[in-house]
Amino acid sequence: MDNRKPDLLQSRSLTERWISAALFACAAMSVAVTAGIIMVLFFETVEFFRQVPLSEFFFDTQWTPLFDQKHFGIWPLIAGTALTSFFAMIVAVPMGILIAIFLSEFAPERLRRILKPVLEVLAGVPTVVYGYFALTFVTPLLQGFIPELAGFNSLSPGLVMGIMITPIVASLSEDAIYSVPASLREGAIALGSNRLRAIRHVILPTAFSGIAASFILGISRAIGETMIVAIAAGQQPVLTLDPRVPIETMTAYIVQVSLGDTPHGTLEYNTIFAVGAMLFVMTLAFNLLALYLRRKLLKGAL
Amino acid sequence: METIEPISGHKEKGGDEDRRDYTGIRDGAAVIKTVALRAWFGSLMALKGVDILIAAGAVTAIIGPSGCGKSTFIRTLNRMHEGVPGARVSGSVYFAGQDIYDPKVNPVMLRRRIGMVFQKPNPFPMMSVKDNVLAGIPLQGTRGSAGDDVLERSLRQAALWDEVKDVLDKPGTSLSGGQQQRLCIARALAIEPEILLMDEPCSALDPIATAKIEDLIHSLRGGITIIIVTHNMQQAARVSDYTAFFYMGELVEYCDTDTLFKSPHKTRTEDYITGRFG
Repeated sequence: MDNRKPDLLQSRSLTERWISAALFACAAMSVAVTAGIIMVLFFETVEFFRQVPLSEFFFDTQWTPLFDQKHFGIWPLIAGTALTSFFAMIVAVPMGILIAIFLSEFAPERLRRILKPVLEVLAGVPTVVYGYFALTFVTPLLQGFIPELAGFNSLSPGLVMGIMITPIVASLSEDAIYSVPASLREGAIALGSNRLRAIRHVILPTAFSGIAASFILGISRAIGETMIVAIAAGQQPVLTLDPRVPIETMTAYIVQVSLGDTPHGTLEYNTIFAVGAMLFVMTLAFNLLALYLRRKLLKGAL
Repeated sequence: METIEPISGHKEKGGDEDRRDYTGIRDGAAVIKTVALRAWFGSLMALKGVDILIAAGAVTAIIGPSGCGKSTFIRTLNRMHEGVPGARVSGSVYFAGQDIYDPKVNPVMLRRRIGMVFQKPNPFPMMSVKDNVLAGIPLQGTRGSAGDDVLERSLRQAALWDEVKDVLDKPGTSLSGGQQQRLCIARALAIEPEILLMDEPCSALDPIATAKIEDLIHSLRGGITIIIVTHNMQQAARVSDYTAFFYMGELVEYCDTDTLFKSPHKTRTEDYITGRFG
């Protein structure tokens, strides 16, 4: 070994500099791509709103940009999205939270270690599979109970979407519940509480912001989900809250126009950017809210 | 039962090596009696057969070096020990005419009569000061309104009323560490237990907060049976009527506190309290 003391002024090795530069480039790239997407979205949206006034976009109740009688009211698409997302949450919230409570409070450690990855596999099933599952299995099944249910409707894809996002909700809620310190659990038990009351009065309230964050991320996934609704919900932008009839979500509309023969650069084509921007703003808002709640959980628990 | 290896070739004082209990507490005056109480964590035996009588209305201190089983011991008394995965108990603990390890005994009901305060203050973070004190009500699912008088009485008993009476609606976690611990004591007292178990309640607190907790233990004496685990021998000497010295999962000596600290019967006790080991 070299006996000299390390030279404080020796320059850092060249490889190290190259590697850190390369890593920085990768990081910068992802930021640049995001910025690029937002810019395209922004400019095309501005282009759209030059021709269609904001008031029409937000106050008209019909969405018919591809017809002769053009209307550009976003509400039918928002209603479609809200409807499918609502059914998704009806499934995902109770199922997700019950699974989370079971996994973190009742399942033995070994079962928990098996079930959590299985749950995450469920989240990895391609959504197109869920789409056909909704169209060819769930819809006919539901038609047995609800004869007026159309072949395309918002109920069936909404419920299937709920199954799809249940693992996300369950997994994030489970993290939140699991992170509640054992000392609080013991404190409740030592006061003569049974486990259910300890969960209800101490553990769930303590984990509340994390659980709420999981719901909101679930909603945000439901709003952005495309394949299931494009396949099974129909393509009819109707302003309705009837779960039995065909509707169209924002995402499904974007698919319809992107795959159709709408010429590039036309007003019809630009509608998808306006809808996309709307979608972006909504999911961004939900994601920021979820982020805020999760931060609050981390601070609150300790 | 295993015997304890002598530490450094000392001979035991006195002739009766098997005798551990020098308190003279009789069955009739005891609120808790343990018989051959053993406890395990997985394959590790943390308590190796403890027989002890706890005097009703007195303050009993449990001392001993780290890992001697003193915390495990009090956690067997309200059946909190078994909540730890892999933990097991054998032997008997008699309380209120019942062996609490009898399968017919409901541990939830037991814990309503034997309260506990933990090493680190653990107020419920989403509850106000007031809700923390009264947390036993929703947690036990008891109906009716045990309202403001329980709140004030418990907080006064815990010597916290004057400090928090104006901030009852603030979060419990906004109090200082010492106040939080007294809040947890108030919370335990609010369910009116017959016995209060305290597991090193001052180990996370500064000397002033510690003194306040010791004062409050003094003021509770007589009304409620207190069993306090402590690392701090001066504290045991200050607050307790009886002291039990545990070592390696066994009860070595159990005696009135004065005698134990002034003229212990066992060499090992003397070695520990004079700081020769531990």
